[in-house]
Amino acid sequence: MPEITELAVGDIVAEKEFNLDRDALVRYAGASGDFNPIHYRDEVAVSVGLPGVLAHGMLTMGLSIEPVVSWLGDAGKILDYGVRFTKPVAVPANGQAVIMVVAKVAELDLEEKKARIDLQTSFEGNNVLGKAQVWVQL
Amino acid sequence: MVNPNIQGKRYPRSVSYLVGREKIREFARATFESEESIDLTKAQAAGHSDLVAPPTFPIVLQEFGLKLVIADPEAGLDFSRVVHGEQKFVFQRPIIAGDLLTSELSVASVKSLGGNHMVVFDTEIFDESQTLVCTAISTLVVRGEDA
Repeated sequence: MPEITELAVGDIVAEKEFNLDRDALVRYAGASGDFNPIHYRDEVAVSVGLPGVLAHGMLTMGLSIEPVVSWLGDAGKILDYGVRFTKPVAVPANGQAVIMVVAKVAELDLEEKKARIDLQTSFEGNNVLGKAQVWVQL
Repeated sequence: MVNPNIQGKRYPRSVSYLVGREKIREFARATFESEESIDLTKAQAAGHSDLVAPPTFPIVLQEFGLKLVIADPEAGLDFSRVVHGEQKFVFQRPIIAGDLLTSELSVASVKSLGGNHMVVFDTEIFDESQTLVCTAISTLVVRGEDA
């Protein structure tokens, strides 16, 4: 469990790379119950004007907080987590989409022992989430 | 499109949902959580009675409410034109395996923005003692006919 007194605004607390393949999308569809076919069928994605199969926004949101949960060692310390979906993540039929997550301290509340961690989630050099902020109890 | 008059509408409370330990594991693995995060001994050592659900798990309960909106003729929500704009979860306490939850969705706001509609849904999730556990806030963008 990290100590709030050892943290400073701007510290990177975690960073991690995630490799998304089609299997990951199907697994998330099953676990979440979101079976929108644009997340696993190319012809359906193309028919609604998309470049191809996209990752569920909620999968991107879900994996983006994983480095923070691992850093805390307890998902029960997450108080609040919000994101804006700014860009889609296209996942090829063969191969992987590589997503990079960097988690940084943005604000510290020493009195309440709470910290705001901001996430930068990028794919092919672009941020795919905006205002991705997590409040954690330390 | 979507009917702006549904602003403020509250949909019926869901049937109860029992949070299963293996469902938490399945969801956690699908969102790339580590095996440590779904280790029962570790969860108990951290003071929890069972496994803690991943932070985005309440999306499963939000979906129940959204299904009611999609099926509601008054809402007129064309789901094929919907894009997920924003999502937020605010926890009063973590969701733990064994929790018996119900959820209730209401339409917080409907706004028009350049031919599109932005609809904000609040889903309140309660435990068996009717105590609020988590609020899931979802902003959907409904693209206009020309967009």
